Amino acid sequence: MIRRLVLAADDRLGSSHFLKAALRKAFPDHWSFMLGEIALYCFIFLILSGTFLGFFFDASGAHVRYQGSYEALHGAEVSAAYASVIRLSLETRTGLLIRQAHHWAALIFVAAIAVHMCRVFFTGAFRRPREINWVVGLTLLLLALGAGFTGYSLPDDLLSGTGLRIAYSVLLSVPFVGGYLAFMFFGGNFPAAQTSSRLFITHILFLPALLAAAMTIHLAIIWRQKHSQFRGPGRTEHNVVGSPLWPNYALKSIGLMFAVFAVMIGLGAFFEINPIWSYGPYYPANVSSPAQPDWYIGWLEGALRLGPNWELHVFNHTVPSPFWAGVLVPLFFFSLLYLWPFIERRITHDGDAHQLLDHPSDVPARTAVGAAVLSFAIILTFAGADDVMAKLFSIPLERLVAIFQVLVLVLPAVVGLLAFEIAREVRARRQALRNAESRIIYARTEAGGFAQRPEPEADK
Amino acid sequence: MKLFAIAVTFSISLIASVFFMIAYALNLSTQLQGLGLFVALGALGAGIVLWALYALPQRQTVNAIEDYPSDESDRAGAEETLNRGTGELERRSFIMRFFFGAIGALGLAALFPFRSLAPRFGRGLYHTKWTSGSRLVREDGTPVKVAELAVGSVVTVFPDGAAGDESSQTLLLRVPPGTIQATKGRADWAPRGYVAFSKVCTHAGCPVGLYRASSFELLCPCHQSVFDVVNEARPISGPASRALPQLPLAIDSEGYLRAQNDFSEPIGPGFWQRS
Repeated sequence: MIRRLVLAADDRLGSSHFLKAALRKAFPDHWSFMLGEIALYCFIFLILSGTFLGFFFDASGAHVRYQGSYEALHGAEVSAAYASVIRLSLETRTGLLIRQAHHWAALIFVAAIAVHMCRVFFTGAFRRPREINWVVGLTLLLLALGAGFTGYSLPDDLLSGTGLRIAYSVLLSVPFVGGYLAFMFFGGNFPAAQTSSRLFITHILFLPALLAAAMTIHLAIIWRQKHSQFRGPGRTEHNVVGSPLWPNYALKSIGLMFAVFAVMIGLGAFFEINPIWSYGPYYPANVSSPAQPDWYIGWLEGALRLGPNWELHVFNHTVPSPFWAGVLVPLFFFSLLYLWPFIERRITHDGDAHQLLDHPSDVPARTAVGAAVLSFAIILTFAGADDVMAKLFSIPLERLVAIFQVLVLVLPAVVGLLAFEIAREVRARRQALRNAESRIIYARTEAGGFAQRPEPEADK
Repeated sequence: MKLFAIAVTFSISLIASVFFMIAYALNLSTQLQGLGLFVALGALGAGIVLWALYALPQRQTVNAIEDYPSDESDRAGAEETLNRGTGELERRSFIMRFFFGAIGALGLAALFPFRSLAPRFGRGLYHTKWTSGSRLVREDGTPVKVAELAVGSVVTVFPDGAAGDESSQTLLLRVPPGTIQATKGRADWAPRGYVAFSKVCTHAGCPVGLYRASSFELLCPCHQSVFDVVNEARPISGPASRALPQLPLAIDSEGYLRAQNDFSEPIGPGFWQRS
């Protein structure tokens, strides 16, 4: 059967040359190489579950009187969008399960991308020839953030409505074009009648299409360039060693896919997320406290909370305070990330193509920069929950904000220095171990015992 | 033994799928339906991975990296072909100029429809629905009479006929008479201790929803800006830099609270065109 299919394809496409190479493609076995795959499988799950949800969702901001099965809201004036999400959650079989799994998948999607990016950064996998994929990958992260935020905003509940109001204000704060940007995206002064349908089309068509396109490019480039690999016996700058695609790697990867799906469904089944019926519908004059966004927006929320209260008035124009923290900080953050491969090349004068990955300790300076940037984002995320922490630890909020304002400036420097010193120490020890006169390498034998192994060339 | 374990794992997945179908048909709880799907997917995934690890010969394969860069003759060939073609195009440089003119104009024209996405600013960014003499009503549309609010209380009000309007939302507070420090021109804006401020935060537009009556402070729950009610709602701390605009109030002959006017400045967060 398979044989006939392969022959039939080859008769018409001449595909056997490609197929032969493809089936023998080497995939290095290392846990950190699965992070990107987890993101890919999250995306597939999001498309599948999102399509299901789309059949039930009504992207309309029109006001309706709620008459559904959730009694606490009976008679309340809500938007058709909000009512349809409650109906799909409480009256459609598997509706709640799939909606919650979809939300969890979105959180894990962004997390997987972020951790994957850290792996790529700290091992120097972004170096030539893979700078293009670093840029494509970062674009994927931005698209994922956009898809996450628009999806979070769709149900038109009180929490997401507040988040939208903030996003609108941040867009509005951009000099020269802010008003046009905000009106263009929201369809008028907030809350405009068209906001719901614009969010919907952005969330279900525009961003997923871009994500799918960028992901295709990302994978095609990996396919062409082949995987990078960690140092090891038999691994050089001109080869890649790993499990063959067929059948070993394909099987493992498909298994991972089902495992990822299982985690999503498990979270959706047992862990409540975004219960919009208890948040209530969005009324512009209402707000909840404490209000927390999804985790990946936390750093932006934190930046807004810590941001300076400078409002510039120049020549009869205004540059409002959210601009500094809400626009400039993420702009600077992502510019640095986009440019990093080129910055590093400028500093190290290393324009060579790299197939072997660095250990994070191999390049202490890069590790220090990564750790500093990461600590900056993390401290901002915590600052985004400062009201919760103030309550939890009984610290006056104003003092906590002041502490965070100092931390966000000082901590990245401290963490960077610390990472630099640790990496140097680790590198020295690794080198000492490698250069040691008398070393004996033991390896596990097939029978389960240990035996002395001759020293491999590549490790010297 | 290992093969047996793999077979058992797949069997568990199969049973769980059947369990899910039954749970769906009987409309059992979300948790039970989810449990079925969770086990079906998880056991399937585990079985496949076990299969790959324990029932397949473990092998490593080595691929050489030789696809790039191309060898010198290919590079030179590509470059030469490209240059020859480009040269042929450039020989008719005046046609090129017209061509790029046309493409550029079309590109510019294609941007124009995007302007339709953004309606004109209109009055929305600058004015609210408050007008001279608007009666203050609550969210449910009931008007506010002067005797109805106790000192220390706060209520969200709107102009009559626009209850629930985002930009018109206003906080009506009653403070002990004499505590308000009004600057010149605002002396008659707060009759009998009633004072009203826009509820839209001047930082990022959240409703300023928390009131600490003991210290006359309004707190925005989004980014924790604090405004001083008795001092014209000037910001005390947090990222807001501008006071909440004040709505001038009056009491009519029947005892209803009314607005003297709209706010004297645009409410809410700043924007470029705001002077």
